[in-house]
Amino acid sequence: MHHFKSAPRLRRLASVSLALFLVFSLAGCAARQAAAPKPASSDLVLASTTSTQDSGLFGTLIPAFMKAYPQYKVKVIAVGSGEALKLGQTKDADVLLVHSPAAELKFIADGYARVRKDVMYNDFVIVGPKADPAGVQGSTDTTAAMLAIQKAGAAGKASFISRGDASGTNAKELTLWSKSGIATPTPTADTWYLSTGQGMGETLKVADEKGAYTLTDRGTWLSMASTLPGLRIVLEKQKALLNQYGVIVIPGSKNEAGGQAFADWILGPAGQKVISEFDVAKYGQQLFIPNAK
Amino acid sequence: MLTSGSVDVWVIVWTSILLSGTATLIALIIGLPVGYLVGSRRFLGRRAALVVFNAGMGLPPTVVGLVVAMTFSRRGPLGFMNLLYTRPVVVVAQLIIAVPVVMAITAAAVSAVPRELTMQARSLGAGALRVGALTLSEARMGLLAAVAGGFGAIISEVGAVSMVGGNLEGDTRVMTTAMVQFTRQGEYGPALALAVVLMAVVIFVNLVLTGFQTSGDRWERDGR
Repeated sequence: MHHFKSAPRLRRLASVSLALFLVFSLAGCAARQAAAPKPASSDLVLASTTSTQDSGLFGTLIPAFMKAYPQYKVKVIAVGSGEALKLGQTKDADVLLVHSPAAELKFIADGYARVRKDVMYNDFVIVGPKADPAGVQGSTDTTAAMLAIQKAGAAGKASFISRGDASGTNAKELTLWSKSGIATPTPTADTWYLSTGQGMGETLKVADEKGAYTLTDRGTWLSMASTLPGLRIVLEKQKALLNQYGVIVIPGSKNEAGGQAFADWILGPAGQKVISEFDVAKYGQQLFIPNAK
Repeated sequence: MLTSGSVDVWVIVWTSILLSGTATLIALIIGLPVGYLVGSRRFLGRRAALVVFNAGMGLPPTVVGLVVAMTFSRRGPLGFMNLLYTRPVVVVAQLIIAVPVVMAITAAAVSAVPRELTMQARSLGAGALRVGALTLSEARMGLLAAVAGGFGAIISEVGAVSMVGGNLEGDTRVMTTAMVQFTRQGEYGPALALAVVLMAVVIFVNLVLTGFQTSGDRWERDGR
């Protein structure tokens, strides 16, 4: 083998580069080894609702939580509130974030969890076709609005699209009909009443296409309004339209500790701050208002 | 289970059969003649036509759903018809999925009919229509497969029918979209009931298709 100094220049350059590369790689490996060993992350199943998912909140909330608690890997299963509660019942979820207070209280009473805690609220709004054939705008309250929609529907001048999927939004809609003294409409008996059996996004699209009224949470409405040119808000800011979210930890679930950590975080100052700031810059208003006690 | 609860599964089953049946019928009206012509005649571009049929069969139904939904939405070119989330547009989407299947299977069945038969018929003085009828009669098992294939392709489809139909109760809610909905709601009873019915339909379709496949064996064995 030739001496280094007498080897051709290119070969020298190549061997120096290779040596430097090896040195830096080894240094990098050593540095990584010196850093704290990454703990194995455990899966944490959060069952929540399609409305919350559709609003985009989880895109901000979950990464913030996982930054604070890197040992948990959150899997969000977004279904209707009814199904989320069923997942809690069968312990297929570790923690729930839903908005169906009556069903939640029944869940606790039936012994599937110890407690539910208020996390945040937003409100529902009634949206409808820009022309507002049922004259909902200017209704004194939700009862008047629902009566107006039913009357216009029966007269063939308007229609209403229901979620029809046992979701929190659906539960609220059914409550509004019954509070107004109207028997729950059905698609078979009332041709003006359609039921999609799907999430808020799909239901809003159907309402937009058919020029119909529907009940939606403000979060989903704000995030989708630009894609729904046929609709506008016709009723809002009514006490009956309040939408309260609750968090429930499932005792005896696979990752109850993780579920509790999530609940504690979202009820604590860090989580509440993330909620209060979510998308405010984008819409000029809060989508969700934190109200943990 | 099939009559359990407040969910009327039979309305959903009927809606599936009505919409897919209508789409298959129209697909046959369009697909059989075209399939016959491509299968029986030798012409320039025949191979290209067969390639198009087969490509059409591989067309993802969800892509069909997307294009149909965009076309018929209020903001689409055919938006003025207000057909999105209605039964007719579900039939349109299913039709687009089924037609290539019908065409391809018909073309294959027709081209399998021995040319000696048609040549003999023509030499005995049969006109084009008569020859056509004869060919179709000989290929009848294949035509049955075309019907079964077309229907089978759309009865178990869920993406397109969901996108253009909207799963509206009593209107465009079919077996597949209902199963997705009920599963999401945790109502496994109605979902399973629909699964049983759908499987029965699919098995029946496959029996017919297998009949076509083995009819050749039967002919060789028994001469009929």
